Amino acid sequence: MSDIQKFKVTIDGITIEVAPGTTIVDAARMIGGDLVPPTMCYYSKLKDTGGKCRTCLVEVSKGSEKDPRPMPKLVASCRTTVMDGMEVKSITSDKVIDAREGVTEFLLINHPMDCPVCDQAGECKLQDLSYEHGDEGTRTEFVRRTFEPEDLGPYIQLNMNRCIMCYRCVFAAKQLCDVREHGVLNRGWDSQISTYIGQALDHEMVGNVIDVCPVGALTDKTFRFKNRVWFTKPVDAHRECDTCCGEVRLWMRGEEVYRVTARRDEYWEVFEASNGKTGWVCNTCRFHKKKASDWVIEGPAKINRHSVITQGHYIGATNPQENLINEVIGKAPKLLFDIHSQSDVNRTEIELSKISGPAHADDFLPNQKIDQERLLEVSRKK
Amino acid sequence: MLSILYFDIITMKLLLAKADIPNIRSYEVWKANGGYESVEKAMKMTPEDILEEVKKSGLRGRGGAGFPTGMKWSFIAKPEGVPRHLVVNADESEPGTFKDRYLMEFLPHLFIEGIIISSFALGSNTSYIYIRGEYAWIPDILEAAIDEAKAAGYLGKNILGTGFDLEIYVHRGAGAYICGEETALIESIEGKRGNPRIKPPFPAVQGLWMRPTVVNNVESIAAVSPIITIGGEAYAKIGVGRSTGTKLISACGNINKPGVYEIDMTISVEEFIYSNEYCGGIPNGKRLKACIPGGSSVPILPANLLLKTAKGEPRMMNYESLSDGGFQTGSMMGSGGFIVLDEDQCVVRHTLSLAHFYMHESCGQCSPCREGTGWMYRILKNLEYGKGQMKDIDLLWDVQRRIEGNTICPLGDAAAWPVAAAIRHFRDEFEWHVTHPEEAQQRNFGLAHYADPLEVIV
Repeated sequence: MSDIQKFKVTIDGITIEVAPGTTIVDAARMIGGDLVPPTMCYYSKLKDTGGKCRTCLVEVSKGSEKDPRPMPKLVASCRTTVMDGMEVKSITSDKVIDAREGVTEFLLINHPMDCPVCDQAGECKLQDLSYEHGDEGTRTEFVRRTFEPEDLGPYIQLNMNRCIMCYRCVFAAKQLCDVREHGVLNRGWDSQISTYIGQALDHEMVGNVIDVCPVGALTDKTFRFKNRVWFTKPVDAHRECDTCCGEVRLWMRGEEVYRVTARRDEYWEVFEASNGKTGWVCNTCRFHKKKASDWVIEGPAKINRHSVITQGHYIGATNPQENLINEVIGKAPKLLFDIHSQSDVNRTEIELSKISGPAHADDFLPNQKIDQERLLEVSRKK
Repeated sequence: MLSILYFDIITMKLLLAKADIPNIRSYEVWKANGGYESVEKAMKMTPEDILEEVKKSGLRGRGGAGFPTGMKWSFIAKPEGVPRHLVVNADESEPGTFKDRYLMEFLPHLFIEGIIISSFALGSNTSYIYIRGEYAWIPDILEAAIDEAKAAGYLGKNILGTGFDLEIYVHRGAGAYICGEETALIESIEGKRGNPRIKPPFPAVQGLWMRPTVVNNVESIAAVSPIITIGGEAYAKIGVGRSTGTKLISACGNINKPGVYEIDMTISVEEFIYSNEYCGGIPNGKRLKACIPGGSSVPILPANLLLKTAKGEPRMMNYESLSDGGFQTGSMMGSGGFIVLDEDQCVVRHTLSLAHFYMHESCGQCSPCREGTGWMYRILKNLEYGKGQMKDIDLLWDVQRRIEGNTICPLGDAAAWPVAAAIRHFRDEFEWHVTHPEEAQQRNFGLAHYADPLEVIV
């Protein structure tokens, strides 16, 4: 039907046909599974992102059908487009695994590791990355880099110490707002996200920087320290909104709405809304609609079962059944002897495993053999 | 034929031949000494012919990477109706390199001539000179020279009746090493933060304002003028092998005569350091310990490997010989920043100061470079100040290994190579800093065995 030429690309031995112009990481996501390179800065819904964090490095072992030479260096899969006949090694390359471990270490040497007090914990991409690709120990004892705190305004909390400089929020603000009011100040080791003047982020769509932030550098001030994300229940909901699509995810506990975010997929990217556009959420929906009655609730959100947010939610679990023993072993246990035939301690009418609380003297038969006289004899000998 | 007289044939000087003429900076003196002849000759040629001459000359980029200039020019995309640009990279910030400053300061018209010819060959009607902010006084010299050339009809509208228009703008940088990287330089000219772009697209396809752009070093562009005057083939006869023409070397460090020297790439490193014509030996009778032959980014070499290659042949001052043996036993020509270290220098301290430089100059865009350069600096600081442990040396090696090749731009490599080479060749000195922490604060490791002749393994 369609005569658009498709490119064949092989990633870790799995071949897939994709449209020209697709990046390696998008092709890998079409395959799915463990071979998908981790991405900390790339965000497919935002233009020009990617290439900065270097966690998505892959080895191109064959450039293309026409030019089969391998690429000399590892390439950032988020900014490298596929060629016809390209062969890519992701988790099958030792070089890639080593490089990812290295990048993870680089990202962590200055990260404050304050996960126990971080609002992002539980949905933090850096936690995932270090768990999946990082080393167990640390090799640095240097004082970690810190920044002066900056107040961005009433809605968004900036903790620059946690930032990994992915530039996602800069691109998000640039592409979603008419004016960009924050950016990157300074250079290198000291570079930081800042508005320079403080309290300046007030654009109606700027709250989306919270959703694109992979770590806890930008968090929701209205949700700050209120709850852990895994104690709140994600629920998809919508409302009529003039500025945005109005389709959001509520994070609730009981009837209370703790937090409103955009709906995000397993790669931390905002879903496409029903109007076909990316489902960014406006500040009104995000920060001011915190009552369940503001929303039309659609139902519980689907969360990857590996996420800590699903803790306590057993989807598709089966409760133990009465006849479990029969189902598992196939027959009732065979009793080797009847305790009552050997012992005159127990009362036959009481099953000890079924009494409530600990056993007491009256649960047993009165003992005829141990009498007062014998106890006295024992004490005299001593 | 006449023009050959204007070059010093005996010492084979093409660029600096006229540098000693008094007041050569002014247009009148320059013109009286054969100035703008190459432009007049080039304007009678077609752009294709000029490109062919440059290709024939075998000129290799003088900025550090040594990529053939003619080939770079031939890559420029030529879409209909889209302007093309030549950008000259005068953001010379590599520690130890100061050859472009000398060229621009003393021979601005030679440089302007090169820009005019190159712009004509590339079809650039607006060319830029991106000059580092610290060279605060040179933009005035260049702008004065541009005005003079314009008044003489070599710039502006319809140059020499060919119908070719050219304007040259001098753009001052704000003092960032990273803006010497071509895509960061382009971003900076566009008025943005000087972050290197992710390639592809390459500047030859989408460069300045997404238009096809060629970025060349000052010396490469200046060399185009003599290439046109004497012809590409004559230029290619100078030098040896694929190292054609002449190269400016800015020599500094522990030598008697620091300065900018033009060499024809046929002399040995030993001759360059010890002959009176060039560096004039090491002061106070000290012995040579180590040398960085091509600017701070290239691997440092101990005296024995510097003067003789691993094969036992004398090392020559050219692209091939300096890189003989790869990074295991060789180094690179780089940008020609020749830094000599005598026996009183401490390699650990020297590496520390370079690591600090790269930490300070990293743009902070990609994680290995932003975090890795600072980490290396901190480890080196511990080692230098007697707080290091043996495992720190291995850690340092591991950090540099994971930076190299994994970054967006070559700054990551440039930060990793000096550290790697220092550990590779001077591991004893690093270990001595760990085993003798107190002594290392009092005195230096000295020459040790670094000048001992090495056994040649065939």
